[in-house]
Amino acid sequence: MSALLTGAAWGLAAASLIAVAALIGVWWERKVAGRIQMRFGPQEAGPAGLLQTLSDTLKLMLKEDITPTAADVPVFRAMPFLVFVPVASALVVIPYASGWAPFNIATGAVFFLAVPGLSVLGILLAGWASQNTYASIGGVRAAAQMISYELPRTLSVLSLCLLAGSLSTGTIRAEWRWWWVPLTAVGFLVYFISSIAEVNRGPFDLAEAESELVAGYFTDYSGIRWAIFMMAEYGGVVAASLFGAATFLGGGLGLSGVPGALLFVALTALIATAMIWAKWTFPRMRADQLMTFAWKVLTPMALVQLLAVGIALAARVVLS
Amino acid sequence: MTQDEMTALIARIRTHNADLYPLFSLEFGDAVVGVAPEELSSTACDLREAGFDRLTMVTAVDRGETFELVYRLHSRSLTASIFVKTVVRRDDPHIASVYDVWPAANWQEREVFDLFGIVFDGHPDLRRILMPYDYEGHPLRRDFEHPNIIRRPDYI
Amino acid sequence: MSLDIESRSSTLSDDGMPVEELVVNVGPSHPSTHGVGRVVVHLDGDVVVKADPVIGYLHRGIEKMSENRTYLQIVPLTDRLDYVGSMYANWAYCRAVERLARMRVPERAEYLRVIVCELQRIASHMMGIGASAADTGAFTAFVYAFDLRERVVELFEALCGARLTYNYVRPGGLSSDAPDGWEESVVDFVHALPRKLDELDSLFFGNAIARGRMKGIGVLSAQDAIAWGATGPTARASGVNWDLRKHDPYSVYPRMDFDVVVGERGDAYDRNRCRLLECYESARIVEQAVAQMHGGPVHAEGVPRLIQPAPGDAYDQIESARGTLGVYLVSDGSPRPYRMHVRSAAFANLALLPMLAKGHTLSDLVVVLGSLDPVFGEIDR
Repeated sequence: MSALLTGAAWGLAAASLIAVAALIGVWWERKVAGRIQMRFGPQEAGPAGLLQTLSDTLKLMLKEDITPTAADVPVFRAMPFLVFVPVASALVVIPYASGWAPFNIATGAVFFLAVPGLSVLGILLAGWASQNTYASIGGVRAAAQMISYELPRTLSVLSLCLLAGSLSTGTIRAEWRWWWVPLTAVGFLVYFISSIAEVNRGPFDLAEAESELVAGYFTDYSGIRWAIFMMAEYGGVVAASLFGAATFLGGGLGLSGVPGALLFVALTALIATAMIWAKWTFPRMRADQLMTFAWKVLTPMALVQLLAVGIALAARVVLS
Repeated sequence: MTQDEMTALIARIRTHNADLYPLFSLEFGDAVVGVAPEELSSTACDLREAGFDRLTMVTAVDRGETFELVYRLHSRSLTASIFVKTVVRRDDPHIASVYDVWPAANWQEREVFDLFGIVFDGHPDLRRILMPYDYEGHPLRRDFEHPNIIRRPDYI
Repeated sequence: MSLDIESRSSTLSDDGMPVEELVVNVGPSHPSTHGVGRVVVHLDGDVVVKADPVIGYLHRGIEKMSENRTYLQIVPLTDRLDYVGSMYANWAYCRAVERLARMRVPERAEYLRVIVCELQRIASHMMGIGASAADTGAFTAFVYAFDLRERVVELFEALCGARLTYNYVRPGGLSSDAPDGWEESVVDFVHALPRKLDELDSLFFGNAIARGRMKGIGVLSAQDAIAWGATGPTARASGVNWDLRKHDPYSVYPRMDFDVVVGERGDAYDRNRCRLLECYESARIVEQAVAQMHGGPVHAEGVPRLIQPAPGDAYDQIESARGTLGVYLVSDGSPRPYRMHVRSAAFANLALLPMLAKGHTLSDLVVVLGSLDPVFGEIDR
C-alpha cells in the first residue's frame, strides 16, 4: 500500500514537473524560434510574454473536446493518456543527484529506454482510432520511426552502462568521470539526434508533418486532449535533456552542491535549446531518408562508439 | 520570322490542305489561319512539323450559330506565333482533339469542354475541370442564364 | 476496425495479388495546397500511383464576369486572378486592351510597369520559395522569404495604396505616378536585396536536408516541358531557354541587360533555385530601369473612360512569375468585351503534376506541387 502511495506521489511529481517544464518550455521555444525568425515571439501576456503558455493552456482547456463520429470513441479518448503516461514515467528514473533517482532500480537505464517507447502504441492507436487517412499515415510513420530510432539510442546509452558497469542510472551518475565526455562524444551525438526523432520533433517530425498530413496522428484531436499530446512531446524533450545532462555530462560535469545543481539545470536547458534550434533550422526529412539515416549512419556510429568504449575499458584493465 | 516567310509558310499549309476555311489575315504581327473543322488534325500535324512545337492557348468564342475555336501556336525555332481558328456548329459541337500533337491541349480542351460544351473527339480524359462534375450547362456560352447574372446598365 | 470503404480501391497487381490503394484527399482545405486546390492521391503504401488535381474551387467566372463589365471595370478583376502577382495580370490585360484599341503608352509608364513587374517577380518568387520551404518543413526559410516579400509589398503600398490587389496598371498607362522619393526607396531595396538573397540561399538551398528533399524529385524533361506547354521557371529549370522578356521582348525590356536563368536537371530543386536566381536578375533590371527612366506623363492622352475598340480580337502576353500570361480579347464594338480569355501559366504548369508526382512518395508530392508554384486564383479564374 505504501509503495503504491509513494508511486502515486512520484507520478504526481513527474506530471507536475512536465506541466511546469512544458509551460516554461513552450514559452522558451517560442522566444527562441522568434529570435531565429527575426521576430520577438510572445510579449503581450505577462512580463516578456511569460504567461502566454498559461493563457494558451486555458484556451485549450475551454475549447470543445471534439470526438469525430466515425472514430473508435473509447480508444480515441484514451490515447492521449497512453502517450503521456509512459513519457512522464521516464522522469522517475533520471538521476537528479549523484547515485540517487526517485525510482532507483538496478535496471534504470533499461526502464528509461523501454517505457517511453510504449507511447508509440498510443500514437499508432490514436492515428488508427481517428478513422482519418492523414492520422493513420501519421501513426504508421511514427511507429516505424520510433522503433528504428530506439536502436541507436539504446546502443549509445549502453556505452555509458559499460563504463559504469551498471544499468542503474544512479550508479552511472555516481561513477561518472570527466574523461567519459571525450570518450562518449560520438555516443552523445547519436543520443541527441535519436532523442529528437524519439519525441517526433523537427527535423524528424514526419508523424505530424503539417505540410503533408495536416497534423498527423492528432489531426482530429482538439482542446485538452490535443494539449496532452503536446505535453507529452515537451515531456519527452525534458526527459531526454535531463537524462543526457545527468548521464553523458555527469550532472553538473562532476561539480557538486549548489553550483553543480545549477550547472545541471543549465546543461539540461542547453540540450533542450539545441533541440529547439534544430527544429527551427532544418527542413523535414522524408520517411525513407529518415530510415536510411537511422540504420546506415546512426546505428553504425553507436556501434563504433560501443566498440571504442570496450577497447578503452580493455586497455585500462591491461594497463593497470 | 519575317512577314513574308510567314505568308509563304501559311501558303504552303494552305496548298497542303485544299479545303482550308477561307479566313486568312495577318494582323498585329500574329498570323491567323482559318481551317475547316475536319482539316484541324492534319493542319495541326503540318504545323507541328513546320516547327510549331508549343501550344500556348486553346479557347473558344461563342459566335451565335457557331463556336469559333482559337489555338495559339508558337515556334521557338522560327520565333513565330500563329493563330489557328476553326468553327464548329452549335447544334453539333464536335472537333478533333489535338492532344496527340500537343499534350498541352489536355487541360485546355477540358476547360473549353467544361465552359462551352464543345466535345473534343479523341481526348483521353474529357471531364469537367473548373465546374463541379455534376454541373449542368456551360457558363461561357452567351445564352447561359443564371439568376446571379444581371445585365449591367450602360452607365459609366 | 477499418478505414471507411470509400477511401479504398482494390485492384490486382501484375502477379494477380489484390493491391489495396489508399486514396488520400489532399485538399481542398489543406496546409500545403497553396490556396484551395485539391489533389486526389492514390497511394500504394507511401508511393503515389495516381495524382489527380481537382481544381475549380476558386472559380469565380472572371471570364464570364468580364462580358458584363466595361474595359476599365475589368482591371480590378484581373487583380484577383493571380493574387500573388496582381501586377502581371493587370499588365497583360492592359496590353491586350491597348493592342485592341490601338493605344500608345508613354515611355515613363512603360518603365514604371517594368519596375513594378520586376518587383512583383521578386515578391512572387519569394512567396513561391517560401511556400516550398514551408512544404518541406523549413518554416524559418519561409519567414525569411516572406520578410523580403513584405518589403516589396510595402513599396507597392507606398505606390498605389494597396498591398495585394493593386489595380495600378490601366489601359493607356498607370493609375498614378510614383510618389516623391519612391524611386530612391526602390533603389535602396534592390541594392540591399542580393545580400539577403544570399542569406536565404545558404539557409534553404544550402541545407543538406532541403537538397535531399528536392533534388531528383519531379524531374521534368525539356521535351515534356515544351510539349505540355510549361513556361516560366518551371520550363527554364528543365533547360528550356525561353523567356518572353528576352526572346519575344515587349515594352522596354530590349533596353535592359539581364541574363535568363536556365536550370539543368528540371527537378524541384532547380525549379525553386531558378526562382531565387531570377530575383537577382530582377534586381538588376529594376536598377537599370530606374536609372533610364525620365519624367513625363504616365497616362496616354485622350483615353476615354468608356473604351470602345473596333470589332476584332487581340492577344498579348507577358512573362509573369509563373510563365507566359496571355490575355485574349474579342471586341464586338461595344464598350464591353465580347469575350476575354486568360491564358494562365499556372494552369498549364499544374497540368504536369500527375506526370511529375507519379512514383514519388506522398511527402514528395507536396514538394513537387510547391515547386510548380501554383496560384489557384489564376488557375481557377
